[in-house]
Amino acid sequence: MSDTLAAAAVTETDADPVAAPRGVWRTLRRRPLFWVCASVLGVLLLVAVRPSWFAGWFGQPDPRACDLADSALRPGGEHVFGTDVQGCDVYANVVHGTQASLTVGVLATALALAVALVVGTAAGFYGGIADRVIARLTDVFLGFPFLLGAVVVLTSIGTRSPVTVALVLALFSWPTMARLVRGSVRAVRDAPYVEAARAMGLRDRRILARYVLPNSIGPVLAVATTMVGGVIVSESTLTFLGLGLRAPSISWGLQLSSAQTFFQTSPHMLLFPAIFLTVTVLAVITLGDVLRDVLDPKGRG
Amino acid sequence: MTRYAVRRAVELLIVFLGVTLIIYLMVFALPGDPIRSLGGDRPLPDNVVAELRSRYHLDEPVLQQYLRYIGGLFQGDLGTNFSGQSVAGRMESRWPVTITLALTAWGIQVVLGVLLGLFAGLRRGRAGDRLVLAGTILATSIPVFVVAVTTQLVLGVRLGWFPVAGTSEGWPTAYLLPAVVIAVFGLASVTRVMRGSVVDTLQSDFVRSLRARGLRERRVVGVHVLRNSAIPVLTLLALDLGFLLGGTVVVEGVFNLPGVGQLLFQAIRAHEGPTVVGVSTALIIIFLLTNLVVDLLSSVLDPRIRHE
Repeated sequence: MSDTLAAAAVTETDADPVAAPRGVWRTLRRRPLFWVCASVLGVLLLVAVRPSWFAGWFGQPDPRACDLADSALRPGGEHVFGTDVQGCDVYANVVHGTQASLTVGVLATALALAVALVVGTAAGFYGGIADRVIARLTDVFLGFPFLLGAVVVLTSIGTRSPVTVALVLALFSWPTMARLVRGSVRAVRDAPYVEAARAMGLRDRRILARYVLPNSIGPVLAVATTMVGGVIVSESTLTFLGLGLRAPSISWGLQLSSAQTFFQTSPHMLLFPAIFLTVTVLAVITLGDVLRDVLDPKGRG
Repeated sequence: MTRYAVRRAVELLIVFLGVTLIIYLMVFALPGDPIRSLGGDRPLPDNVVAELRSRYHLDEPVLQQYLRYIGGLFQGDLGTNFSGQSVAGRMESRWPVTITLALTAWGIQVVLGVLLGLFAGLRRGRAGDRLVLAGTILATSIPVFVVAVTTQLVLGVRLGWFPVAGTSEGWPTAYLLPAVVIAVFGLASVTRVMRGSVVDTLQSDFVRSLRARGLRERRVVGVHVLRNSAIPVLTLLALDLGFLLGGTVVVEGVFNLPGVGQLLFQAIRAHEGPTVVGVSTALIIIFLLTNLVVDLLSSVLDPRIRHE
């Protein structure tokens, strides 16, 4: 899904992607939506880094202090958000699960972005053989429907941590971004200021770092932001299928998939993690959208 | 046209070889021993391990195994699971369910996506536009299985509007709810592309001249804008099928529809590696072929694509 959204973004931003960082910030900070998303994500980041600060707000703070006598309690009383089937506090689990879910989302995206920047720049800037080889390679990886590729790989991996899951998700999400980078690098490759830099005898590395990348990184940053949300959703879906993280890890995906079995009798077990996850993903995707609007000169003003 | 078709087919072949090679290497070069895990917690005797290895050709070099596997694929052989059943055979009776579900979902997605996109594009920047965009993003932010179990409980169990599970009530009743769940998930991309395309088309010269000639707005939008903005959506449809296929796995599992997706769903949960790989490979091949068909189709509709 992150891929289709990305594809949507690609078609909408194929214009000249040049935007000065200072101008971007000036436009960005005037958008209320940006501040809403940024503060939601700021809080979530804090929850992910220091879950113990938040876990005790509504009852039992320890996600692993479970009492089977309290199995599947409805929200209210000592556990404001209820307990799951093992008698663990749902809220404490949601808070402690934030870390795993965000880690997977951010790590997978960062890896994919790094690969996409290197590969996409090489293809777009140098062209020729490198471009062709990379084009075929991205074709091959785009040949996998996102979820199915991850299913095949994860089935064959025995150990699953947030890192391995992130690696696998990154493996299937770099091609879309690489194409995007290639496109925007090509668009600025022959720009007069790049020619001027070349005429001055600057080295390729400096031309890339100083002139090409800053002017072509905008669109892919917006897509990468959106992708964090997509990865979080994918992680939970994979976990639901039995391929993502496993207990004793704590993650939203795990909570959701174990809650699904008892959904008819205790919907609260599914509801609260789902709300957390949805709000997070919504904030991330909206932030990506706002960024895209701002970075795309057509959308300004 | 023929040249373009041949070029695309050759490209597809390369992608096909690459994809299958990756699948093959992933599955067979990664740590973990399928034969040992067959025994569960108890270790298998060495002679049993050796016998099983040679039966499944696991003692051959990787490249030779890969060629054997590719050869099998071209003959429709997707391997056998460890109880000796052919994976392709197990899928055979399940295809109609999955194809019906995917096509229904696809249809819903196209109609809804095109209409919502057109609506949003015509009302660009106004409340309706924002509402549509926000709604489709929200739909993308909720995992498919959460939507699936929630609608199953609310619309199926509590309200009784739709069958809760199974295909006994036939098309469309039994397929409608699962299809809508799948369709809604991928709706955001179709809607956005359509919206962007409508916005572009509305600003184009030919629309202005149609209006200048006094054509009625309904005809301008309903015929000319709609038709010209739909081309980018068509190219998206192939990509979209990939997500539909992923969605069928989850949704067929939740709604207990006896399709290929459910087979994959159950195989994943039962840790039946060969079946998982076989079914995924089949779905991936379908995805690739649909890509080719859609590419050729859109090059017929828009000849510029051929001459890129």
